[in-house]
Amino acid sequence: MRRIISVLMENEPGALSRVIGLFSQRNYNIDSLTVAPTEDKSLSRLTLTTSGDERRIEQITKHLNKLVDVVKLVDLTEGAHIERELMLIKVKASGTQRAEVKRTTDIFRGQIVDLTNSVFSIQMTGASDKLDAFITALGENVVLEVARTGVSGISRGEKVLAL
Amino acid sequence: MDQLSGGEALLRALHDEGVEFLFGYPGGAVLHIYDAIFNQDKIEHILVRHEQAATHAADGYARGTGKPGVVLVTSGPGATNAITGIATAYMDSIPMVVISGQVESRMIGTDGFQETDMIGVSRPIVKHSFMVQNPAEIPLIVKKAFHIATTGRPGPVVIDIPKDVTDPKTKFGYEYPADIKMRSYAVPAKGHSGQIKKAIDLLMAAKRPVIYAGGGVIQGEGSQLLTELARKLGFPITNTLMGLGAYPASDEQFLGMLGMHGTYEANMSMHYSDVLLAIGVRFDDRVTNSDVTKFCPDATILHVDIDPASISKTVAADVPIVGSVTSVLEEMLSQIALAKQKVDEKSLKVWWDQIKHWREKDSLAVTPSTDGTIKPQEVVQAVFEITKGDAYVSSDVGQHQMFAAQYYGFDKPRRWINSGGLGTMGFGFPAAMGIQLAFPDAISVCITGEGSFQMNLQEFATCMQYKLPVKIVCLNNRALGMVKQWQDMQYGGRHSHSTYEESLPDFVKLAEAYGHVGIRIEDKSELDAKLKEAFSLTDKLVFIDVWVDPEEHVYPMAIKGGAMKDMILSKSERT
Ligand SMILES: Cc1ncc(C[n+]2csc(CCOP(=O)(O)OP(=O)(O)O)c2C)c(N)n1
Ligand SMILES: [Mg+2]
Repeated sequence: MRRIISVLMENEPGALSRVIGLFSQRNYNIDSLTVAPTEDKSLSRLTLTTSGDERRIEQITKHLNKLVDVVKLVDLTEGAHIERELMLIKVKASGTQRAEVKRTTDIFRGQIVDLTNSVFSIQMTGASDKLDAFITALGENVVLEVARTGVSGISRGEKVLAL
Repeated sequence: MDQLSGGEALLRALHDEGVEFLFGYPGGAVLHIYDAIFNQDKIEHILVRHEQAATHAADGYARGTGKPGVVLVTSGPGATNAITGIATAYMDSIPMVVISGQVESRMIGTDGFQETDMIGVSRPIVKHSFMVQNPAEIPLIVKKAFHIATTGRPGPVVIDIPKDVTDPKTKFGYEYPADIKMRSYAVPAKGHSGQIKKAIDLLMAAKRPVIYAGGGVIQGEGSQLLTELARKLGFPITNTLMGLGAYPASDEQFLGMLGMHGTYEANMSMHYSDVLLAIGVRFDDRVTNSDVTKFCPDATILHVDIDPASISKTVAADVPIVGSVTSVLEEMLSQIALAKQKVDEKSLKVWWDQIKHWREKDSLAVTPSTDGTIKPQEVVQAVFEITKGDAYVSSDVGQHQMFAAQYYGFDKPRRWINSGGLGTMGFGFPAAMGIQLAFPDAISVCITGEGSFQMNLQEFATCMQYKLPVKIVCLNNRALGMVKQWQDMQYGGRHSHSTYEESLPDFVKLAEAYGHVGIRIEDKSELDAKLKEAFSLTDKLVFIDVWVDPEEHVYPMAIKGGAMKDMILSKSERT
């Protein structure tokens, strides 16, 4: 099963490499990873998506918790949550293609943030599967470049991941 | 407040931590630190002859005393030479602090002379690591390093120190923190009472219980409480290789070691148990055998460990209890005292009858030779007799290690000093040095093989320098015996690169070359007398080169891919 795990960790040199190293060392996979400091500069928030059965996910969270730099973590997929990913995508757009791409972008609530005679650069946010669907909808031989941030997420309601 | 340089502060902080010995080897990046060592007399520095030996010696010291071992190495090759020893300590959860020099801060990342990314290289084999950025951080980092290394599930911690940080010209006000709190590092609290209650209920109802105890009991100082619990319950108990001594081997309730080379009765009892109290163990593959689906099919598993990640890692626990062994054992004992339900004595009696029947198989029986050939097992038995079972015994890896584990009955914890998890040849001799330093009046024996011994024999010189009267009992079978055994059993007897009879050194002369005593024993008739002679030289290192039967195999041996009940018992018998 796909899981989204958010980790609060000390904003210290080496902390990120310990998290990533843990995954390769123990043969766990990371599908996406995003990390940045929080409002408290001494803490970073790292969100990763991974997959595995119950036992494997339990091991992953236990081993993450064991890392000395990790302060707290939550498996967002255990409860109601909001997930978002930002994508910047560059696509071919010339002649009749231009209107077509524009329409598809509107349907997916994306924004064209830059353009030339033959190219649109589009920004889009949403859950990862929506971004995947957009790429599929664009069709073949249209996409020139994709830059995705990886998933970020937060619990619904009053639950917070904080100190 | 004293104004100290980084180098001086490091030494002062180590002293404030209560460090007695620093096992090390100098080099460019740590010269400021060595100068600070020169200028103090509180901590004794032990100059080894290879950094790997420094880590193993510190490790031996830690295993014997329960205190953290401390190592100092230079950058680059000094640091990388320490890696095997750090990995060894990591696998067995041994508290250790390794201080490595690093090139100057401004040089880091430039491929400077003797630069290695020690933090990166050691990352997967440390509990944590620190890179010191400025001298004023030293007291706090040292405090944190010892706190992390020694609490919870212990392990090695690396402190990497760039040379400029220890510069004698840069001074700062030194103050050692009295206490330490880290928001990101919590030591597990006491075990959950409700879970412990569940476990007690299951133990009381058990018909075929077994206690399976490991190194965590020794590390967590829980041996006495465990013994009390086992006696109170009257249950059979087995120890892992790492747990030998956690329960007295001479006791009736002890089944011997379990696992790959465990006794017949220990492995049979495990397999047929209905309730398994696993404590301070990690269900290592050398115990469970490779296919965990066949492991103890009828057992409800109660697993006590301080590390939550150890629980349900390879074998799912039915009742997980996370906590220090002492806190959990104490609560178990007090709950048992109050419990209405008592042990099912009737079923237990039937169970013990069954176990006694298994015991009659006498799976560790030794058939003495008739032609004077010495059996390796007999050597260990003789060493046990001569040392009255009260020595500190370190070992290496191979057949000799298993014979030592099987035939030297350990009645006390911290007496069996062995690399169980990583299986590091070359561990035994330096570990025995660490033991001898910690316990100058005790007998420190290293039961080794001629293969393993050659991996750290340079430490003969260290023993001469510090007058360490270690006794080395080499079960010389002229081969990488354990490798050869596997080749006999699984590769049609093709001894690919496992023998070297023609190129063996004369160990007696070798010991003498370093100023020690060497004794060779080739015939059984001289075994006892010569061993006694060797052990009577209490102030000398003696290398005892015992030529043993090279054809001997270690049995019992688990059948690969089988259940715990599946064992090879001798060259001609299987279960
Ligand atoms: C550093 C290292 N290299 C290789 C091995 C693999 N290995 C395990 S036992 C063994 C043979 C050990 O020979 P010896 O020390 O003479 O012991 P014996 O089995 O003959 O008693 C080897 C090579 C190891 N455990 N450690
Ligand atoms: Mg050998």
